[in-house]
Amino acid sequence: MLSPWGAVFIFLAVGIVFGAGGIATSFLVHPRRQYASKYEPYECGMETIGPTWVQFKTSYFLYALLFVIFDVETIYLYPWAVKFQSLGLFAFIEMLVFIFILVVGLWYAWKEGALEWM
Amino acid sequence: MGENLFTGIAAWLSALLNAAGVPLIANDIILMVVKFVAILVFILVNVLWLVYMERKVSAYIQCRIGPNRVGPKGLLQTVADIGKLLSKEIIIPRLSDKIVFLLAPVLIFVPPLMIMVVVPWGRDMAAVNMNIGVFYFLALASLSTLIFWMGGWSSYNKYSLVGAMRVVAQMVSYELPLVLALLGVIMLTGTLNMNTIIEAQRHTWFIFAQPLAFLIYFIAGVSETNRTPFDLVEGESEIIAGPYTEYSGMGYAMFMLAEYANVMLVSIMCTVMFLGGWLAPFGWTFIPSWFWFFIKVYVMIFIFMWIRWTYPRIRVDQLMGFGWKVLVPLSLANIFVTGVGMYIYRAIGW
Repeated sequence: MLSPWGAVFIFLAVGIVFGAGGIATSFLVHPRRQYASKYEPYECGMETIGPTWVQFKTSYFLYALLFVIFDVETIYLYPWAVKFQSLGLFAFIEMLVFIFILVVGLWYAWKEGALEWM
Repeated sequence: MGENLFTGIAAWLSALLNAAGVPLIANDIILMVVKFVAILVFILVNVLWLVYMERKVSAYIQCRIGPNRVGPKGLLQTVADIGKLLSKEIIIPRLSDKIVFLLAPVLIFVPPLMIMVVVPWGRDMAAVNMNIGVFYFLALASLSTLIFWMGGWSSYNKYSLVGAMRVVAQMVSYELPLVLALLGVIMLTGTLNMNTIIEAQRHTWFIFAQPLAFLIYFIAGVSETNRTPFDLVEGESEIIAGPYTEYSGMGYAMFMLAEYANVMLVSIMCTVMFLGGWLAPFGWTFIPSWFWFFIKVYVMIFIFMWIRWTYPRIRVDQLMGFGWKVLVPLSLANIFVTGVGMYIYRAIGW
């Protein structure tokens, strides 16, 4: 028997082949008329000023940090939700305490203005 | 007769290969590749049709006619578009990170395709009946973020960079409510297997048991697919085309196809988790289960399009504020209410 992960692997491999095939076909048939300005960054006809790979606004980083915290939370929540009906009241209250701690964290981030777009 | 059409074909093919003396493992692999090709063709045809449908829906909403020249009623418009894009030069900007730049359009279609492996298209019609199907979906759906980022960052274009930053911030922020909203359903069913979740909706669809979760999932789904009113990442009027600004020809087409495949995927998950999947409502089993699934998915897709052409785009601070200050607390509250509600139901012995 083919295991589920074997099937997933087949989908992964053939999916990449499909994507690469599409791009490769295009490379086989597309025209090539090369001139220098075609390969400049597209900016409405202006020449781009300064480097592009720069240090960026920190607000994005704050959201990413918050996301990591909550995403790890969901990893713990899923197994608990699957077993919710058989675990009983104690596990439910434990999970409420866990969520409560995270909500306090969210509240703190909110209060400190991490959720404001500046 | 229609009910067992596809399972019948699979069984016939398997028996044929067995009779030809193909070893069991090769038999399985051949069958899986056939399933893959069937799913791929199904998705591609649907995506081509969806682009056309979107243009038609938008046209009728704006009192226009929409594409009507290429083929009957304009049906071949998207096919012609793809043909045109295929014959256009793929421009690789001089300053870009060339390998990553080309890798992004190759990979962008892979996560949606890989998720399709667990989708139950009808009774016994999932390519793989995986016991952690929902988790698998969530894990792979978040991979798209990375590929958008690869494309946007490697382009060496300021619009692409801003667009890619917004993609990451937005998809990451709305993934939380999406994941937390599905938890309510998981608590009710106690399983991550999509087929079991559908079977559990035989009496009540979860849209009635979990209306708030459905709403949160729907809003987060619109946001995850970067569609209006949450399409800041590719807002034409400010950042041209966001992460795809530098892509031309087939590279652009791949991003476009992936976007519509993602719309389909979000609708499919909506159908599976909240609308009873392939179950027939009112006991109308004379329509095959896979056709019911198809109808429900298309109803959801139509609502997505309807919303896109009805609401204006919102501002980026409103977007993030809404995600973190409204949807995340609401989805956490939904888990709490579901848990307490289940204990109350059990206490009164329902």
